[in-house]
Amino acid sequence: MLELKNITKRFAGKLILDGVNLTVNDGQILTIVGPSGAGKTTLLRCISGLEETDSGDFFLDGQPFNPVTNRNNDTVMGVVFQDFQLFPNLTVLQNVTLAPTMVLKQSKAEAEATAQRLLKQLNLDGKADLYPYELSGGQKQRVAIVRALAMRPKLLCYDEPTSALDPDLRKEVEEIILKLKAEGMTQIVVTHDMPFAESIADQMLRVEAKS
Amino acid sequence: MNYVSQILPSLISGTGTTLSIFFWTLIISVPLGILVGLGMITNFKPLTWLIDVYVWLMRGTPLLLQLIFVFYGLPIIGIVFQRYDAALFAFILNYTAYFAEIFRGGLQAIPVGQYESARVLRLTNWQTLRKIVIPQVVKIVLPSIGNEVINLIKDSSLVYVIGLGDLLRAGNVAMARDVTLVPMVLVAVIYLLLTAVCTVVLKRLEKHYSAWR
Ligand SMILES: Nc1ncnc2c1ncn2[C@@H]1O[C@H](COP(=O)(O)OP(=O)(O)OP(=O)(O)O)[C@@H](O)[C@H]1O
Ligand SMILES: [Mg+2]
Repeated sequence: MLELKNITKRFAGKLILDGVNLTVNDGQILTIVGPSGAGKTTLLRCISGLEETDSGDFFLDGQPFNPVTNRNNDTVMGVVFQDFQLFPNLTVLQNVTLAPTMVLKQSKAEAEATAQRLLKQLNLDGKADLYPYELSGGQKQRVAIVRALAMRPKLLCYDEPTSALDPDLRKEVEEIILKLKAEGMTQIVVTHDMPFAESIADQMLRVEAKS
Repeated sequence: MNYVSQILPSLISGTGTTLSIFFWTLIISVPLGILVGLGMITNFKPLTWLIDVYVWLMRGTPLLLQLIFVFYGLPIIGIVFQRYDAALFAFILNYTAYFAEIFRGGLQAIPVGQYESARVLRLTNWQTLRKIVIPQVVKIVLPSIGNEVINLIKDSSLVYVIGLGDLLRAGNVAMARDVTLVPMVLVAVIYLLLTAVCTVVLKRLEKHYSAWR
């Protein structure tokens, strides 16, 4: 369970997040919606430790934690970026196994076995030895999901998972997210696509634009 | 033909000096250039300022002047180098500045998102640099580095001025002694061979890095 209490964030004095409270229960999907510029991405970046907050507290399973410094314990957050940010110099398999071998100290064989299993699960079999530039947008996104999952995160976050894709791929993303939910993954999804948000959400958080 | 085989040993020994300057400058300046290039993109102002001044000095004055300064100038204030060390020192200082500038450009071309995605995967800064940033930077800078490598072969002839026995000096000595153009033609051929080998190696490297985009 992830809880945020009174999270405040300013950029150059400008208030972006004004006392955000939220709770995500294990195995549930929280969607974060709101108009452009409201601070959805900023909130996600705070949760994943890419941005410092100005005040407020984070709790994981009731224990306080700091997403920015909490880097030496288990992986808390997996992140699927809007533009995926795969490593272009590494093959799909290397993209997925890099962190598990270097950070979790898994053996190459173990990491590759896990990677192959996850790739298969997300319909990416046969793509292991391709480089990112050889993949379609949807395939890149699924590799990004596999790469995040291989680190065994407690939560998985997505920023606008449907925005960089063809509209007909929306259904596919939805299916993946629901499939991962069925396997018990806790997920946070930022989106401005309301129908999409409603069809996957257990819980919805609306972030309002500050005037 | 007889004459050629007569002067060839001295030319080959000169080539040895040229290659040794070339080789060591490259081996030391490239990693140093990466480090200095990294220094240029930090937010630590005193460091970036210092590096800017250094790069400005190295790129704004002739390498020939720097060589003369190190070998003939520094002894005046009590810093004495052997000929070869002076040459190597000046070359490393000079080429590190050029390489640093090239690597800075390459480093700045890497999107912030690459660092962030490495960060959420909990890679350390060093792991990120080694596995993700440097390979991408190398691909970007390879053509510019290639130019500098070719330049370095030719620039190495500047050590002539501090009396080091490189390829050019070997040819010049033979030409002055025997009053013939043959040594200089041979010297030119050897330089052409050296740059041709470098060009081939660089093309290979670029091909290797063309596996991904
Ligand atoms: N690094 C930054 N420095 C300064 N201001 C920033 C920074 N990042 C975001 N902002 C500002 O914070 C506000 C919220 O940005 P954010 O990207 O979180 O919005 P968003 O809700 O994700 O919007 P969108 O739906 O368009 O993606 C915007 O006004 C933006 O200009
Ligand atoms: Mg956004």
